[in-house]
Amino acid sequence: MEPFTSLSSRTVVLPAANIDTDQIIPARFLTTTTRAGLGEHLFADWRYLPDGTPRAEFVLNRPEAHGCRILVAGRNFGCGSSREHAPWALADYGFRAVISTELADIFRSNCLKNGLLPVTVDEPTCAWLIEHPGAPVTLDVLAGTLTLPSGAAVPFALEAFARHCLLRGLDELDYLLERRSEIETFERRA
Amino acid sequence: MARAPQTLFDKVWRAHEVSPESADQPAVLYIDLHLIHEVTSPQAFAVLRERGLGVRCPERTLATMDHSTPTLTAQVFGGTPIALDAARRQVRELEVNCAEFGVELLGLTHSERGIVHIIGPELGLTQPGKTIVCGDSHTSTHGAVGALAFGIGTTEVGHVLATQCLLQRKPRTLAVNVSGGLRAGVTAKDLILAIIGRLGVSGGTGHVIEYRGDTVRALDMEERMTVCNMSIEAGARAGMIAPDETTYRYLEGRPRAPRGEAWERALEAWRGLPTDALAHFDREVELDAAAVEPMITYGTNPGMVIPIGGAIPQRSGDAAFTQALAYMGLAPGEPIRDRPVNVVFLGSCTNARLSDLRSAAHLLRGRRIAPGLRMLVVPGSQQVKRQAEAEGLDRVFLEAGAEWRESGCSMCLGMNGDVVGRGEYAVSTSNRNFEGRQGSGARTLLASPLTAAACAVRGRVTDPRELM
Repeated sequence: MEPFTSLSSRTVVLPAANIDTDQIIPARFLTTTTRAGLGEHLFADWRYLPDGTPRAEFVLNRPEAHGCRILVAGRNFGCGSSREHAPWALADYGFRAVISTELADIFRSNCLKNGLLPVTVDEPTCAWLIEHPGAPVTLDVLAGTLTLPSGAAVPFALEAFARHCLLRGLDELDYLLERRSEIETFERRA
Repeated sequence: MARAPQTLFDKVWRAHEVSPESADQPAVLYIDLHLIHEVTSPQAFAVLRERGLGVRCPERTLATMDHSTPTLTAQVFGGTPIALDAARRQVRELEVNCAEFGVELLGLTHSERGIVHIIGPELGLTQPGKTIVCGDSHTSTHGAVGALAFGIGTTEVGHVLATQCLLQRKPRTLAVNVSGGLRAGVTAKDLILAIIGRLGVSGGTGHVIEYRGDTVRALDMEERMTVCNMSIEAGARAGMIAPDETTYRYLEGRPRAPRGEAWERALEAWRGLPTDALAHFDREVELDAAAVEPMITYGTNPGMVIPIGGAIPQRSGDAAFTQALAYMGLAPGEPIRDRPVNVVFLGSCTNARLSDLRSAAHLLRGRRIAPGLRMLVVPGSQQVKRQAEAEGLDRVFLEAGAEWRESGCSMCLGMNGDVVGRGEYAVSTSNRNFEGRQGSGARTLLASPLTAAACAVRGRVTDPRELM
């Protein structure tokens, strides 16, 4: 994975709470056997009409959304199915961070494995971001801060290990493979 | 000094710590049983191949196919190819991966195939005290026997294949204490829907739930599985129920449960698993089972649920709520009862076990489904299908006018050819009423098998007690 130190971008906002992974990527697109190319199906049922033409009013289809790397969403984003296709689709589309007041457990874990920064902030900060779509903000992984256009830096929680992996672009699998002798000891004991 | 009292979860977690978590590092948690299926495993095998890794413990891994597989007999057993090309490719790829990496596969025509969360317990592989994972969020089902079971992403599927371990932060504990008797016509599905309504769809985030109390103790194993299955719909990755005599009776003699002396040893260990008196939970919630009514969802997440005799709530100024009702074509304040229904789906890892089929068949016996309504009955496994057929349940469904299929996830998630049409209302015994879950534009009302059967007979949302 690419190291992830900081990211500056304008935001795209989806204000609804409880956006589930079936919305992020509907199940009919899970018949793929690779990770690539899922971005075109991101939010498929919100983004396209049944005949496949884009819905002009959907936020990702507006010109100002072009090039935005940060998605701001309502509470409990990524709930439901464990499908990793959700962060794959978000990352393939071009997002590198998701901000909410609360992210579902499995989704959050899946994001971290795909270089997609999961950011949970306090209620007032998220409300401000939702009211100001397109706001230019900066996420600093080392400092664990979200810097708003006012210059105010809002802290977000990130576990030490996740931060370590993001900053160095480390793969958790390498870490687990290095623990082999401990795993063998455990297996002998069990 | 006496050991501090521990919860069931604490005991299972600690027994599987290869190394405990610290401020800097997550725990390395050992996994006893890894279930895999065709949809969330191909990319994990690809990583093993890219990196020249093997499967560390093939004997702890079991594969089956359920999500994208067809349920029409001709497509499963031959005569007609699988209609969806992509599904055919996924089935083939799992066959190739399992052969190459030495993983046991209960393939498309295997007599023990079925929905992954139905066959684990059915085979007796799902056992108390085990850690069980699968690339599927309804892995929480297996917690019904007192296992710690949770869904993982595909990258983690790769981690378990390669190392039999996962990096995990220890979750917090939430006790859901349920007391009192469930009334006639009220099932385990209604109970878990009421619990989700109470907790909300993110109320369990970061927690493992333990379902406790005399109501839970009185549930049979299949009912307990229905309850634990939907833990994830409250945001909890896992739900657990302490093992007891009901659990042991269910497991004894199952093909992959321990036998003879090994059974006795296992039993002794399992008896030590239940939560100690005075053990601390991070949170506790109480629920009166006697107050639970048959429940039905009206919105686009499982927390949007009401008693079937109730009215759709009013919440002015809540845009997401308004959007959900617009999608559902329902209005605040109106009763849900008597709303027309187009499709009834009896199936899924939540409610496709033998007792679920029996409960629906009991209500359907000697009746017909409403004209114009489509009812799909999809047993949870090939074993459930054979048992149901031995009891003549298939005849009951067919004579009522329903379709009787081969096992699989089917209409629960609309990726295998079984879908609900745009704008149609489906009363489903599955677990998710998300927008488009059962097909683009499909509108799902979640309910129990009993309620689903009653809705099928009337062609309208119906309280099953009216037909009992």
